Amino acid sequence: MHLVYPVVVAALLFSAGVYGVLARRNAILVLMSAELMLNAVNLNLVAFDVWLRDRLHGGQVLTLFTIVIAAAEVGLGLAIVLLVFRNRETIDIDSLQTLQESREGE
Amino acid sequence: MIGFAALVVLLPFAAALAGMLLGRRLRPALVAVVPMGLATVVSAGIAVTQWAQPGVRAGTLTMVHTAAVPIGVSLEVNGLAADVALMVCCVALAVQVYSVAYVHERYSSYAAFVSLFTAAMLLVVYAGDLLVLYVGWEVMGVCSYFLIGHHWEDRANSRAAVKAFLVTRIGDVGFLFGIFVLGLGAHTFSIDGVLAAPLSHTTMVTGTLLLLAGVAGKSAQFPLHTWLPDAMAGPTPISALIHAATMVAAGIYVVARLYPVFPAASLAVLGIMAAISMLGAALAALAQDDLKRVLAYSTISQLGFMAAGLAVGSRDAAVFHLLTHGAFKAVLFLGAGCVIGVTGSNLLRDMGGLRLMPFTFWSMTIGYAALAGLPPASGFFSKDAIIEAAQSSVFSTPMPRTASSLGGALPGWCAWIIYLTLLVTVLLTGAYAMRAWLLTFFGEPRGTYEIREAGPLMRWPLAALAAPALLLGWYAVFSGELRPHFGSAALALLLALAGAGVVFLIWNQDPALDPARRLPAPLARAFQRAFYLDEVYTVAIVRPAVALAMFVAIADHKVIDAGVEGTATGARGLAGVLRRAQNGNPQTYLTGLLAGVALIALAVVILT
Amino acid sequence: MTTLDVVFVLLGVVAVGAAVLVVTTRQLVHAALWLVVSFGALAGGYLMLTAEFVAWVQVLIYVGAVVVLLLFGIMLTRAPIGRSADLDSGNRWAALAVALATAGVLVTVLVRGFRTAYAPLDVAGQGAAKPLGESVFRIWVLPFEVLSVLLLAALVGAIVLSRREI
Repeated sequence: MHLVYPVVVAALLFSAGVYGVLARRNAILVLMSAELMLNAVNLNLVAFDVWLRDRLHGGQVLTLFTIVIAAAEVGLGLAIVLLVFRNRETIDIDSLQTLQESREGE
Repeated sequence: MIGFAALVVLLPFAAALAGMLLGRRLRPALVAVVPMGLATVVSAGIAVTQWAQPGVRAGTLTMVHTAAVPIGVSLEVNGLAADVALMVCCVALAVQVYSVAYVHERYSSYAAFVSLFTAAMLLVVYAGDLLVLYVGWEVMGVCSYFLIGHHWEDRANSRAAVKAFLVTRIGDVGFLFGIFVLGLGAHTFSIDGVLAAPLSHTTMVTGTLLLLAGVAGKSAQFPLHTWLPDAMAGPTPISALIHAATMVAAGIYVVARLYPVFPAASLAVLGIMAAISMLGAALAALAQDDLKRVLAYSTISQLGFMAAGLAVGSRDAAVFHLLTHGAFKAVLFLGAGCVIGVTGSNLLRDMGGLRLMPFTFWSMTIGYAALAGLPPASGFFSKDAIIEAAQSSVFSTPMPRTASSLGGALPGWCAWIIYLTLLVTVLLTGAYAMRAWLLTFFGEPRGTYEIREAGPLMRWPLAALAAPALLLGWYAVFSGELRPHFGSAALALLLALAGAGVVFLIWNQDPALDPARRLPAPLARAFQRAFYLDEVYTVAIVRPAVALAMFVAIADHKVIDAGVEGTATGARGLAGVLRRAQNGNPQTYLTGLLAGVALIALAVVILT
Repeated sequence: MTTLDVVFVLLGVVAVGAAVLVVTTRQLVHAALWLVVSFGALAGGYLMLTAEFVAWVQVLIYVGAVVVLLLFGIMLTRAPIGRSADLDSGNRWAALAVALATAGVLVTVLVRGFRTAYAPLDVAGQGAAKPLGESVFRIWVLPFEVLSVLLLAALVGAIVLSRREI
């Protein structure tokens, strides 16, 4: 298989994930987009592992590890989103502005 | 002898220091009068010694070495200095005694300033070095400012003081540069050195013309004369001392002192200035309402007489007139003080019927007679000397100047102008003197006042000065040069009587009215406003200067301050722009981050 | 282009298309479901690349656990069911620019870099459970253990964060 196919698919998935992280207003949608980015990375890893015929199977093993970490991250991320929702009644990222530099003076 | 001269200068100076530092703890009257009296005695001694053994005595305290020309702190006593110093001391003593009764508010500072002023004038008179003279000159100017503005609560007085100071200051700049030119040309600042040094004609003309600027300022000649009438805002004894007898005479004194250095060109300029001042001031005096302003313009006119005497070549006549003028003008001012004290007003139209103050009446009569030039008062003799000098400079060979003369004679047209102006001024002087005399003392009282003679402290100085005003002239009879000549004396007398007579006839028609009413109204107004010269100066000089000052102030505020403050505002504005990047939204931050990464990757890819 | 390539490309198109729909759809729950489709297509892709163990793990964990978690999250945060107008933040145009730039750079670089690279898929069995298991427990055992600790930490953290009565 021409290596370009999985690699380009991964690149496009990654870009879609970037767009989602930067443009979506709901925090959970941001988490979903982050998952897309991680999946793109996984696909890349597997493709290169197959191409290089890695004896250590580093790519596939790292893919497994990445999946594990992504799962853990989603769990914790959702816990945080729930906390934010409990405190602010909203998970709209645009309205979570307490880190904003104040308008007037210092 | 020099020690005594120094003592004469230092006694009033010590009185001034004591008065300023210990003010109210000692009796200020004593602090003022006693040292002045001692100084008068000492200066009389010096004068007598000088008459008995004529000659020049000089002494140097110390030499100040500068990069260019050394300055000597030195004094000199000669005939001229001794006479003038004695006159200054007598008038100053009379004024101090008079002031004890006249001035009530802040008397101690007033007396201290008068003492300081006297010390400065005596320093000018006895100076042996041009810069020592200049020090005395400037201190006099400062004291004049302080004393005119003595009653500073009234803003008009402060403004008059500032005007006097500024106008004389303009002249003083020229004076200082004149001193520099002469001193550097002669490689010494000592007066004897300057008189003896071989100066080039250009140096002499330049230096003396610059000196004339200072003379015009201090001696109130055209065009720097506008301060003197306004200076009448000061207390009357000050007008008597500073603005009649001493400070204004200092300019004439300086020209007399440096007489050999003045070439004919400078003397011609001085003569023209004198002619304009004489005539203009005499016309202005004819229409003034305020008695003190009449006397002020009269002073300008008489100073013009003295300057004219110097211009036509007779130093002795000019100095003689300076001495007599000191006496009779002081009498007139002090008498005016008594009159104003009684009537409560300066204006002639509020006076009248004051003949019932016999002391004041007779003293002022002597003063007016001297002013008009009527015998036997001293003014007759001194004026005649000047007119005689002018006449001979016009008709025959000029009178020999009383020192080695340089630079040729006065140009003919100049001598004619001076001579004719002198004659017309004599006529006008008689007229305005008669007007003031009649309006003050005769007729019915035009105000409500109680006519009472002044107290002894005010009467005795008046008498003490009236005596020389009457008798000083007889010295001229016994001296060779100043003896009156029949022709010029008769002419002058005739003109004075004519002027006085016309005024008397007009006044006689209605004693209650001002004889000047007969002048055509526009002329009267022009005379009263002194030919609107003040207004011209305001428009031409004062307004542009004030506008420039305001422009500078506004520019400083709007441009420089705004620039400085603007940097702060600008910095804050810029910070505000940068602050907008911190909007608290993590997606914005991430966008920036990833955009940067993409750009860097692009750059790496393209450039490698 | 072999059959393998064609199938893989089709699966790739499905995955990318579903991903684009995830990031652009107006309906929140639909986004989660499109995510399932994307993950499933990816699992198919792994199968085509002979990484069968990874494919199954992908299905198990991603489709099985992660998406379910996300759906739980959606429900617990009272997400609107149906169309909601404001799911795109004000940042979207900048985001689009950045995403397009990223895509452009990545695709260009990768295509130019790997134009002549061909992966050999005829060696079978390299993605099976046995060789991967040996690899994990022999060579990659240390990261494996660390990962388990990480999972423990994540577990404890999630529980602590979610408690109500702190």
